[in-house]
Amino acid sequence: MDVDSSQGRMAVYMRDHQDKVVGRWTELVLAGLRGRSSAAEVRRELEDLYSLVLRIMFGADEQAAGELRATLTELSRSRARNGFSPTETALGVFALKDAVYELVTDAADLVPEYLAFSRMMDDLGLHTFETYAAAREQIIADQAAAMLELSTPVIRLWEGVIAVPLVGTLDSARTQLVMEKLLETLVATGADHAVLDITGVPTVDTEVAQHLLKTVSAARLLGAECIISGIRPQVAHTIVSLGIEFGDIATKATLADALAHALTRSGQRIEKGRPA
Amino acid sequence: MERVPILKIGTTLFVSIQIDLQDESVMRLQEDLADELVATGARGVIIDITAVEIVDSFIGRMLATIGSISRLFDAETVLVGMRPAVAITLTELGLSLRGVRTALNAEKGLELLNGSA
Repeated sequence: MDVDSSQGRMAVYMRDHQDKVVGRWTELVLAGLRGRSSAAEVRRELEDLYSLVLRIMFGADEQAAGELRATLTELSRSRARNGFSPTETALGVFALKDAVYELVTDAADLVPEYLAFSRMMDDLGLHTFETYAAAREQIIADQAAAMLELSTPVIRLWEGVIAVPLVGTLDSARTQLVMEKLLETLVATGADHAVLDITGVPTVDTEVAQHLLKTVSAARLLGAECIISGIRPQVAHTIVSLGIEFGDIATKATLADALAHALTRSGQRIEKGRPA
Repeated sequence: MERVPILKIGTTLFVSIQIDLQDESVMRLQEDLADELVATGARGVIIDITAVEIVDSFIGRMLATIGSISRLFDAETVLVGMRPAVAITLTELGLSLRGVRTALNAEKGLELLNGSA
């Protein structure tokens, strides 16, 4: 960000009126934030920015530009995390233009320099917006990863029987994750029956069926038998219409049926006794 | 050339693969196993692949072949100790090893053989 020497006069002028400009800037920003940050806090942030802007305008040191960008990056990231809108974030920078403009109207000969200053502020504003967008995208990516983790629990139903309640659409990435977790749990618990419950899977098409079959055959290689449960009437209808064959894989209507099936297969029985 | 030892436990032959399998050692293992099956009249074969971390279609086919050989001598093959990553790879390769039974570990493999005998 090269600043020509003609900004020198403007810089001196802005330094002399620092209190007035920062005061007005704070006012404008606070109005935009609608009371979500305290006045003292905002003022401190803006004073930091202002002194960095002045340092750049004087052209004295080269680090100032980097520092200013770093400070702005930090500021827009925290705004993005705290749920401020893009306008509110960018306004923080653009409000300085307004504040300075009000000052310049008193000194008409500074207008050409004001234009250069304005261009610099536009650059900074764009930078703020870009960082804000990047921070938001990061948040979305983190949330997606967290959701993926959350949506694939493997639970132990009984001695030797584990269950995977599948909720949401089953795509390749999730199938991979489910498969890995299921197989790891099979090895860790030594279970020989696994129930894949698809009550929470909205639709079962050929792709989803393919993924289920893959998971079942991987579990079979480890010596575990899989049961698919939670097939809703509409889903059953779709499966038959599409001609999907589950082959010799046991399918049950409910998780309870699947558990009963697994217990019978492993030679266990639950008997009704007198309540304790 | 490294050889894979074949241990006899009761009426079961126990093979634990702990080396990187090459074409030659695989051929040798298949021959040795056939010889042992004839000599001992074993009814079951347990192949332990706990130490096998990487599989390819070659090893997948070898396992299926061993299953077929054993069946000729009326012995059942149980593959035990497969790692999750290996199972995923085999599935991705489209090898479901039909005809070979599987169990989680050697203990369960023995149970499976004794239960079916």
